[in-house]
Amino acid sequence: MATVSIRNVKKSFGETEVVHGISMEITDGEFVVMVGPSGCGKSTLLRMVAGLESITSGEIAIDGKVVNNLEPKDRDIAMVFQNYALYPHMSVYDNMAYGLKIRGLAKPDIDARVNRAADILELSKLLKRRPRELSGGQRQRVAMGRAIVREPKVFLFDEPLSNLDAKLRVQMREELQALHRRLGTTTLYVTHDQVEAMTLAHRMLVMSVGKTEQIGAPLEVYTRPETTFVAGFIGSPPMNLIPGRVDADGASLAGDGDTRVKLPQAYPQLGGRSVLLGVRPEHLEICAEGEAQLEPEVDFIELLGSDSLVYGHIGRSKESTRIAARLHASVKPQDGHLPLKFIAENLHFFDPESGKRIEG
Amino acid sequence: MIEHRPGFTIFCHAMLLLGVAALVFPLWITLVASTHTASEMRQVPIPLWPGTHMFANYYTVLTKGVEGASTAPMARMLFNSLVMALSISIGKIVISILSAFAIVYFRFPLRMFFFWMIFVTLMLPVQVRIFPTYKVVADLHMIDTYAGLTLPLIASATATFFFRQFFLTVPDELMEAARVDGAGPLRFFWDIVVPLSRTNMAALFVILFIYGWNQYLWPLLVTTQESMYTAVIGIKRMMPGGEQAVDWNLVMSAAMLAMLPPALVVILMQKWFVKGLIEQEK
Repeated sequence: MATVSIRNVKKSFGETEVVHGISMEITDGEFVVMVGPSGCGKSTLLRMVAGLESITSGEIAIDGKVVNNLEPKDRDIAMVFQNYALYPHMSVYDNMAYGLKIRGLAKPDIDARVNRAADILELSKLLKRRPRELSGGQRQRVAMGRAIVREPKVFLFDEPLSNLDAKLRVQMREELQALHRRLGTTTLYVTHDQVEAMTLAHRMLVMSVGKTEQIGAPLEVYTRPETTFVAGFIGSPPMNLIPGRVDADGASLAGDGDTRVKLPQAYPQLGGRSVLLGVRPEHLEICAEGEAQLEPEVDFIELLGSDSLVYGHIGRSKESTRIAARLHASVKPQDGHLPLKFIAENLHFFDPESGKRIEG
Repeated sequence: MIEHRPGFTIFCHAMLLLGVAALVFPLWITLVASTHTASEMRQVPIPLWPGTHMFANYYTVLTKGVEGASTAPMARMLFNSLVMALSISIGKIVISILSAFAIVYFRFPLRMFFFWMIFVTLMLPVQVRIFPTYKVVADLHMIDTYAGLTLPLIASATATFFFRQFFLTVPDELMEAARVDGAGPLRFFWDIVVPLSRTNMAALFVILFIYGWNQYLWPLLVTTQESMYTAVIGIKRMMPGGEQAVDWNLVMSAAMLAMLPPALVVILMQKWFVKGLIEQEK
């Protein structure tokens, strides 16, 4: 049980700075997911918390105590690695007991803790096996067991589910959630998978190229993305971003070429300003020809069963803006122009220069 | 290739038998010779079937040596060979696994320099550096000692390189997991690295045992007393020079005895040997 404070942490490898100053306060018992595309520095940040990478500048404190110069073993953390990193020559039991043995716990104590963890993770029947005799999901559980038995202040997970197949991933996701509810240990979790981030996190830290893009609860990040990066990264298919200039009266948007988009309500405060208009595919609906607020030309349609994804574009082909819309499966869009309107209240405006959100 | 012509099958087997015969016949002669008396072995043609003096011959060789040539008992030489082969193989494994561990898992100044220094010695086999090495060993008064016999042969680049390559295939996360678990470097070495290297060590042991056992030139130079001779030198010394007749029965018994330990090591450790060379537990 502990808080984790990350204060303006930077990391350089030689000349190149890969993490440019990240700050976040993590409260006791919180489940925080760090999410971002490959190479955004999320794993490096986690490894700095673990003590496997040195901190170039800034401070990391666990439970109020600065740990910058502490060895991993002295930080009271436990880490689960992407490839599990189980000791191949040890049985499941020994894998889980190893850290406790090193810490000099008494045999019966170790026994009790390992058995309890094995119980929680349904590994009791596998304790004598070697890691290579286990399936991917079981190995993953052993790796988690190794972390649990230590009863650390903080759990660190580095993309723990990315080596599993899709079905198992969903199942392990549920188990992780159940585990966290049960143990309530402060958890930092790194993933590039936005679904994992959305489903697991109390709060998420969205990162790109070593910078914080947004910190917030999953729903908040989803409904109020702070930057165009977050808008594009969270949600699938990503949010549509339509560049253009808001007319003086704030009621419509003039895009490149001759595209015009009517806004469902007037935004006089944005009048005359260049913006990126963001709208999620599910916040577009089909409407009668006359009411259309934007009319993309349909390129192709993906039928998903429950709903259909319609991909199209507006504007002349060269500098056209791609538009995706999630429509109910009962809607059978025709080729050609598709009349769409916005579901009000779900529009986002971003500054085209900085990519930052503009309050509409 | 799948062929079903009987003529071809016969041809194949004939060739195989020929090959086996070429390999096994000298061994057979050695075995047969070690079971006859000296005079029987001087007949022409020499006998091709075992005689009745096997135990007498081996007993003589093991305890008394050959009259008129080297009178050192073979038992002593076998013991010397065993000490040398074991010291060389175990010493090499211990030294090279430690140096490979240092080179792979630690960052220290001149790390690559040391690696290349070790690597360069690959180009200098014992025979090339034999005189300077002899001088050093002589100056250290290590002639006719086990240390003098084995130490110069222990420093090994091959084994270090072999272990280094293996360590590089061990995922870094294993080391990191051990660090998070609280294991220091030596703990990690004993609990993780050594057990993972078991099969590699076994393979190396087989190779190095045979290498050590078969050393000829170095023991020849560095031993002057019969009590320090190794089995391989012993065989040569059993053949007197000049006009004197060679007791082939005894020489062949000694050869059989000298062949036995390496053969045993290979046979007993075959499973581990193959495992160590082809597969890695990961």
